[in-house]
Amino acid sequence: MSTVQAPIWEFYGGIHLPDHKAESTRRPIAIAPLPHRLVLPLQQHIGEMAEPVVQVGEQVLKGQIVAEARGRVSAPIHATSSGRVVEIGEHRIPHPSGLDAPCVVIETDGEDRWAELPAPWPDYTAHHPDELIERIHWAGIVGLGGATFPTSAKLATGEAKPIHTLILNGAECEPYISCDDMLMRERADRVIAGMQVLLHILGARECLIGIEDNKPEAIAAMRQALDDAGVSQARVVVVPTKYPSGSEKQLIRLLTGHEVPHGGLPADLGLLCQNVATSAAVANAVLDGQPLISRIVTLTGQGISEPQNVEARIGTLVTKLIAFAGGYTPALHRLIVGGPMMGFTLHNDHVPLTKGCNCLLAASAAESPDPPKPAPCIRCGRCADVCPARLLPQQLYWYAHARDFDKVQDYNLFDCIECGCCSHVCPSHIPLVQYYRFAKTEIWNQERERRKSDLARQRHEARLARLERLERERKERLRKKKEALEKKPKGATDDPKKAAIEAAMKRVAAKKAARQEAADGAGVSANTSSED
Amino acid sequence: MLQAILVITGLAITFGLLLGYASVRFRVEGDPIVDQIDALLPQTQCGQCGYAGCRPYAEAIAAGEAEINRCPPGGETTMVALADLLGRDPVPLEDQEAAEKPKSVALIIEKDCIGCTLCIQACPVDAIVGAPKQMHTVIAEECTGCELCIPPCPVECIVMVPVKPSLETWRWPSPDEENLLETGT
Amino acid sequence: MEFRPVTSPYLQADYSVSDDMLQVLLALVPGVVALTWFFGWGTLINISIAVTTALLAEAMAVRLRNRPVLPALFDGSALVTGVLLAIALPPTLPWWLTVLGTLFAIIVAKQLYGGLGYNPFNPAMAGYALLLISFPAEMTRWLLPEMLAEHHLGLYDSLRLLFTGQLPAGLNWDAISSATPLDEMRTRLDMNQMIDEIRQSPLWGDFGGRGWEWVGNWFALGGIYLIWRRVITWHIPVSMLLSLLLIAGLFWLIDPNTHPNPAFHLFSGAAIFGAFFIASDPVTASTTPRGKLIYGALIGVLIFIIRSWGSYPDAVAFAVLLMNMAAPTIDYYTQPKVFGSEEAES
Repeated sequence: MSTVQAPIWEFYGGIHLPDHKAESTRRPIAIAPLPHRLVLPLQQHIGEMAEPVVQVGEQVLKGQIVAEARGRVSAPIHATSSGRVVEIGEHRIPHPSGLDAPCVVIETDGEDRWAELPAPWPDYTAHHPDELIERIHWAGIVGLGGATFPTSAKLATGEAKPIHTLILNGAECEPYISCDDMLMRERADRVIAGMQVLLHILGARECLIGIEDNKPEAIAAMRQALDDAGVSQARVVVVPTKYPSGSEKQLIRLLTGHEVPHGGLPADLGLLCQNVATSAAVANAVLDGQPLISRIVTLTGQGISEPQNVEARIGTLVTKLIAFAGGYTPALHRLIVGGPMMGFTLHNDHVPLTKGCNCLLAASAAESPDPPKPAPCIRCGRCADVCPARLLPQQLYWYAHARDFDKVQDYNLFDCIECGCCSHVCPSHIPLVQYYRFAKTEIWNQERERRKSDLARQRHEARLARLERLERERKERLRKKKEALEKKPKGATDDPKKAAIEAAMKRVAAKKAARQEAADGAGVSANTSSED
Repeated sequence: MLQAILVITGLAITFGLLLGYASVRFRVEGDPIVDQIDALLPQTQCGQCGYAGCRPYAEAIAAGEAEINRCPPGGETTMVALADLLGRDPVPLEDQEAAEKPKSVALIIEKDCIGCTLCIQACPVDAIVGAPKQMHTVIAEECTGCELCIPPCPVECIVMVPVKPSLETWRWPSPDEENLLETGT
Repeated sequence: MEFRPVTSPYLQADYSVSDDMLQVLLALVPGVVALTWFFGWGTLINISIAVTTALLAEAMAVRLRNRPVLPALFDGSALVTGVLLAIALPPTLPWWLTVLGTLFAIIVAKQLYGGLGYNPFNPAMAGYALLLISFPAEMTRWLLPEMLAEHHLGLYDSLRLLFTGQLPAGLNWDAISSATPLDEMRTRLDMNQMIDEIRQSPLWGDFGGRGWEWVGNWFALGGIYLIWRRVITWHIPVSMLLSLLLIAGLFWLIDPNTHPNPAFHLFSGAAIFGAFFIASDPVTASTTPRGKLIYGALIGVLIFIIRSWGSYPDAVAFAVLLMNMAAPTIDYYTQPKVFGSEEAES
């Protein structure tokens, strides 16, 4: 370990924001009490939704899988305490739409009894990286910085492209959020232990831990932990406080001077980035055999009585967390999940804590004033000056506003990381990011509809072909019948009875064949009644 | 005078040849227009345009026999896309009301179904499964919401249910769609 | 508990378009004071007339378009357009021409295109161009600068001149009026005089015309203030003035007898005022960093071309309007390279 400051590069754009972190770092991390009810959404990660493997009424134990991962880009969901499954159904989840989504609801029994867990692997170096990745997959670990991409899937990208440097993201650049800060202050050893496991899995030769310079305690604690662990291949790099330094691409630029290639991944540069909280979760999974069942969440803002960080079980209702932190104050204006730049407002606080939820910001009207009515864009270009992706937000806005979705993609809409810098500085108060979110989801939607209509066209054409064929066959049969009848008077020596039986048998055979073909042609439909 | 006529004629012939050559040499091989139109139509095969399906409507548009505003499921978006493709002026939708209906899929109330197969024959995309005297059911994934199965049903056991927005299909509202974000009040 | 959903970001910088406009007005003060000092009350009266007309026209047009009137008035854009146009007008201009120019600027050049943010052409310059084309005599009649004039028009005399067209008793136009230095230079160059000859006249100062040089300096001061306050960026003013200097310098080196030195181009007429306050109008200018440099540079070139070979003595308005047309195309071809695209190419 070394305290020598590595060179720091600059990234384009970005803004300086008041950090408001002190409010929630005055108290140590508290442990939230075991709630009576746990609501576990099946979709807490990017990728396929998990599939429930328990029945209503079933008893479950803490750490038991209640929903299996569906594929590699997915994550299982574990019971976060012991109790009884009381419902598997739709429930409000923390999502900008305010929609309901499938959840497993558990009524806890208060015993908090562990299920049988896999063996702890303190000697993780004795295990093959694939085994360790499998363990991390089992543990349901996802990117805890808020991105919620399944960690095992991210680590697996290292197999195709060798990773030489692991980057631990402790920048935590958004105002108000302090859960990673507190984690590093109090549990730096855990973060470092997880980092060592990750280094082993990736076979990387060094690790850079990026932390913003507004967290001196965390920086000191992490450096101390590195010293204590005797790790020489990792060092803490202090980065200047500038939003969005905690964005993966921007942090990589700050620490290495490289830009992740357009359309590529950090792995293209031999880099892989993990959040510090994810690293701690990896330590729990590998060293102790424990799945991800809790996380640290920042409860802050003038709308909350006792701002602080708490470690809470996934599935705890937000109302319970707020009550634990002394309840709301009268100043409460809106409740934001995540930070004030990239978070979203909750429609309702009866939603569970999920894996990706790093902060609940109960903002007062002063902290988060209602947006003023937007004025016309005067193309002043301030947005382009602060855009860390080097886009032209004013042009993107122009085309998104006009719903010109081709043009908006010409201007690289999908490179937008939705950091909110452009909206922040806009003198016309135009909700720019909202336009980009709208355009993105609209483009995805159109793509989905196009695929759907292609499928419908195929099915329709298949049906037309089938009907045509059936019609042709019917005519063919009629013609043959006619021919047979015409022939009959000439050679009327045959036994009419025998002929009738033969004809009947032929009909049955033809019918069978037609039915078979119909079933083949339509796949699922059986169009039998049109034949006779 | 003669000279002028000769020069002009000469020029006309030269440029005519040049143009003719260019049109052969730089010919753009594109989808026939019918395919391009068909690709823009929503493929519900609902016949609300007055044609037997999306393709016949596309053919009618290509032949200049039909306006571009007769597709309610495609709505404004499809009409504008068609106007763009064909270089025509956008026109108001013929049936604005139908175009604003929420997207729905058919659902067979299974306890009422008598297994007559009439709906199966009506479905343009084979999205109904069943056999004579057996209960039928709609594959919601494949249903285009064309409503063609509803009139033939002798016991009126088919209803249209609006597609519930899911996390997958949910989209952020445009800030221009006023007050959409204020529905939670 | 239920909440009203609003989208992020929830933190907004607390300034607005009207703050920008206010900064522009503030930055104009030194230049306007200088104009008034050297050329009398006319500019201030013009400003009053233009601002009143601009606000009334804006309110009327916005109302006719069924848009909210108060926000449009308070964003300050009409105010700025009025002031900019008035500054460009000669201090002797009859009042109704000022009104006409302002009406054209606000109603035709701005509101008919959709109001603030949608106008492709700089409204003040559109108004100016209309007046210059239609009323060339009135539009080129400036006053003698303070140090050369024997008679100074007071406030009352100025008002009377602008509103009734009457000069104070005993005075005639020749005693108080003069062409602008650029006009003078053109006329006498056309008479095949040499630069050295022309510059014998007491009209000339160190670089440009007397008085005019100082007006330019004071506008530059305001412009630098705008750059410092980040209301505008340095790109357009710097590239425009630099390209004007370079091309003027080139021709001056080739033939100093028929081409005045580059400093003359810079400090005469509206070059500096135009660079900081007209060309840099964000709505009608290029918006990409490289685009701004190209846009500014081409304005500089056009100014020189029109001044040297065109039929109007000053050219800022025409150069800016011509480049307004090119701005969208320049923007399209000068998009910045998105994050990571250079690494992707290498």
